Amino acid sequence: MRPMGRRPDVSIDLRGNPCPLNWVKAKLRLEEMRPGMLLEVIVDDGRPAENVPRSAELEGHKVLQATALGDRVSLLIERA
Amino acid sequence: MTAFSEDQTERYSRHIILPEVGGEGQRRLLAARVLIVGAGGLGSPVGLYLAAAGVGMIGVVDSDVVELSNLQRQVLHGTADVGRPKCLSAKEAMEGVNPDVHVFVHNLRLTSENALDLVRLYDVVVDGSDNFPTRYLVNDACVLAGRPLSHAGVLRFEGQVTTIVPGRGPCYRCLYPDAPPPGAVPSCQEAGILGATAGVVGSIQAVEVLKLILGIDGCLVGRLLVCDTRAMTFQQVPVARQPDCVVCGDEARITELIAYEEFCQMTPRRMASQEVAP
Repeated sequence: MRPMGRRPDVSIDLRGNPCPLNWVKAKLRLEEMRPGMLLEVIVDDGRPAENVPRSAELEGHKVLQATALGDRVSLLIERA
Repeated sequence: MTAFSEDQTERYSRHIILPEVGGEGQRRLLAARVLIVGAGGLGSPVGLYLAAAGVGMIGVVDSDVVELSNLQRQVLHGTADVGRPKCLSAKEAMEGVNPDVHVFVHNLRLTSENALDLVRLYDVVVDGSDNFPTRYLVNDACVLAGRPLSHAGVLRFEGQVTTIVPGRGPCYRCLYPDAPPPGAVPSCQEAGILGATAGVVGSIQAVEVLKLILGIDGCLVGRLLVCDTRAMTFQQVPVARQPDCVVCGDEARITELIAYEEFCQMTPRRMASQEVAP
């Protein structure tokens, strides 16, 4: 379930991108978005699923949800 | 807004991760124009780091050819470049680091006739020259053109570096109103220079230039950083803008470039009785 039923404004699939390239690509997308918009990022489970949310929070974005989907994880990030 | 290619995203990833840079800052770097005066001991690290950082347009002013005695510190040039114009080997080295960078070759001596036109083509200027006439010339041209300038000098194990932003802080003349008497300050040729010391100081200049482009506070404006890499100490000396400075003061007398070789031949006492005329 998405929080309050909010749908992401943008969704990107970054599976196969090693750290920190996955976060770099997510960050570039976030820069193009307006504050408050939602970005869904699909990353590989494991290190990417740990690192990307941490990097997002370090820059002040909110990670609203992390959903495990087998070998991938969907992260819902609200742009600061 | 142009998107980064896959290669650019990877090349600049460590910049983009920085909150102070990001994609927006990296685009600013790619659009920036920097003029480096002197492709020597200071200009080498500056040029290599600015090229690596993706500063899109870099001008190099130098009229010398590479000599074997340069290679101990001038890391832009290699053994095979001995006898070639420094500008050319600088261009090849910098563009070899990063194909996003275009290096403009100015194989000439900076003079009162060409300095203003040249400086106006760029956003930021780096003084990596090795003589006082050129230092005063670059300073005055930057003040008159309103261009920020990174100034540095090195000798033996020592160096000093400051950042001049016209209108926001002191200029090189506020710090040194008069040139030292000819021969009073030895050159690197006479006194020697530890190659890596030039690398330290030039790298500081590169950081300052990147901060100027990115709009990051904390530049050496109104401060002279003095380093002694033998004792490995760094000290900073506050420098105030001088209201009576002849080029950036309230009633500046220098409103166009002057004869700098002659200016640097003058002692302070003679200066007082002689008008500084263009």
